[in-house]
Amino acid sequence: MGVTTARRTARHPLSVAAKPHELTWRAKLRRDWPLLVMNLPMLLLVLAFWWIPALGNVIAFQDYNPYTDGIAGSPIIGFTNFALLFQDPQFLRAIANTLSITAFQLVFYFPVPIMLALLLNSIVSARLRAFVQGVVYMPFFFSWVLVIAIFQQMFGGAGLLAQILREHGHQGVDWMTSSDTFILLITSQTVWKDAGWGAIIFLAALSTIDPNLYEAAAVDGARRWRRMWHITLPGLRPVIVLLLILRLGDALNVGFEQFMLQRSAVGSEASEVFDTFVYWSGLRTGDLGYGAAAGLFKGLVGLLLIVAANRVAHAFGERGVYSRS
Amino acid sequence: MTVLASRKPSRLAPWEERPSPVGRLGKGSLITLIVVVILGPLYTILLTSLSSAATVNRAGGLVLVPEGITFEAYEQIFSDTVVSRAILVSTGVTVVGTLISAGVSILGAYSLSRPGSFLHRPLLFSVLLMFVFFPGIIPVYLMVSGLGLKDSYWSLILPTAVSAFNVVVLRSFFMSIPGEVLDSARIDGAGEFRILWRIVLPMSKAVTAVVAMFYAVGYWNAWFNAMLYIDDTRKWPLALILRQYVVDSNPLPSATAGVTGDAPPTLAIKMAIVVIAVIPALIIYPFVQRHFTKGVIVGAVKG
Repeated sequence: MGVTTARRTARHPLSVAAKPHELTWRAKLRRDWPLLVMNLPMLLLVLAFWWIPALGNVIAFQDYNPYTDGIAGSPIIGFTNFALLFQDPQFLRAIANTLSITAFQLVFYFPVPIMLALLLNSIVSARLRAFVQGVVYMPFFFSWVLVIAIFQQMFGGAGLLAQILREHGHQGVDWMTSSDTFILLITSQTVWKDAGWGAIIFLAALSTIDPNLYEAAAVDGARRWRRMWHITLPGLRPVIVLLLILRLGDALNVGFEQFMLQRSAVGSEASEVFDTFVYWSGLRTGDLGYGAAAGLFKGLVGLLLIVAANRVAHAFGERGVYSRS
Repeated sequence: MTVLASRKPSRLAPWEERPSPVGRLGKGSLITLIVVVILGPLYTILLTSLSSAATVNRAGGLVLVPEGITFEAYEQIFSDTVVSRAILVSTGVTVVGTLISAGVSILGAYSLSRPGSFLHRPLLFSVLLMFVFFPGIIPVYLMVSGLGLKDSYWSLILPTAVSAFNVVVLRSFFMSIPGEVLDSARIDGAGEFRILWRIVLPMSKAVTAVVAMFYAVGYWNAWFNAMLYIDDTRKWPLALILRQYVVDSNPLPSATAGVTGDAPPTLAIKMAIVVIAVIPALIIYPFVQRHFTKGVIVGAVKG
């Protein structure tokens, strides 16, 4: 395509050398129909499980009754469901819990993968490093049910810790059912499961730092810690800023299964978050319009947050969320 | 640790100073601690699942010291219809689901990897929207029941069959293949399907393997779809059994379940279920691990 002159494309609009936008849609369709056929299965799935449900959110504005009226017949009640939501103490608690969990994890989870990456990167022996990496990535591939089952066996009322304490004549503890320490529990579960995997992206960033910088700094007399402070951390800064912004854009998503699975053990007081609220208020009590309103509210606020976070990322000179495209 | 402290610094650059013994000891213990925190629970769970009821009783719970390995718990699980059915269901859903997801994603990602093609922008947009907005649990639930998929194995596969992230990872890898390679095949008369099958896929083995593994692990671990859509306990996947039986300590649903129907599950049996739930991930993991950096980071970081 590179050597094409304007005159040649003008004379042969359908030639291989033509620029894409100069083709008519008919010509493009004739050329690209195999690509459309390839796209079809994915398009059908996206249509069925994204577009139609997204439009189905209209029930949030209805007094929806699935048995007698359906979506077409249920009366439109405007923003009544949303107004009710903001008078619902359970919903307000779900918001408060979600935001405090996000804030807590930002402080106590977010730095862990960075520190882990620095530690892994500083292991000199290649074999030891590969082994440790293999071990810390592993829990990422376990399901939440499994992680919670494992934590229960370690810290639950009948778990290993309680067992050892009892053997030494102490009272057994049960951290799995205490609502006071719940936020600590879920954060340590997140660290155990995801921190190793989270370190991958920082390791990748570390590997792109020019080793000559370290040597130059060493020649100038900078020792280990000064090199980390002046070269390694500035090298990581773009990734850290990007992930921080993305995390803020994702503030309403604190992980669903973790809360769903432990809700009965610790009570809804501490463990109710947005998604569990939608499930219990909508599907469990059968008030589908109300639950859909809560879900839609979360989706729209989340959308705003992501767009805003992306703007901020661009302002910092990063490529932002859409860079994943 | 002593091994660690006395080892010669092999990868140190000439200008690099040797770390102090205290620093090395600190780092060594930290690494050991991390490894023990991750592998320790797995060790004691595996050991408990391999112990007899008497050993478990004597230990007062989880077993820390090996003493008479026995496969009793596993024999009971495989003679129990509920658990062995769940293992079958999970295996089937994982295999079929992974084939569907990987196939659909590869075809979709390839078709989106050609900027300027017919309808390229709107189709790409429809995938990218999945990143920023989730329609919500309830509308998706209504759609699934509207399609009559409740209590069908398809409800465990279709709603989550396409992951936008995986499609985008595949797409960005396909786009990094030089256009000249594809053009030369086109000149030789190859159609799009042949190009994808003969040229693009063989060049993208690493990223395809990683994406397929993500899908497989996702299906094996999936629990929420089953909780929403499957009421018939005979169609439960293993993850749901794990929740009912191990996390919530409920007796198993069916009274005709043989050994476990009347008596509450013993610890060894619970731990054996945990082990079975872990195993598939551990089997695939070593094969795919070496592709992680290549496959995932290319897609995630570079975009």
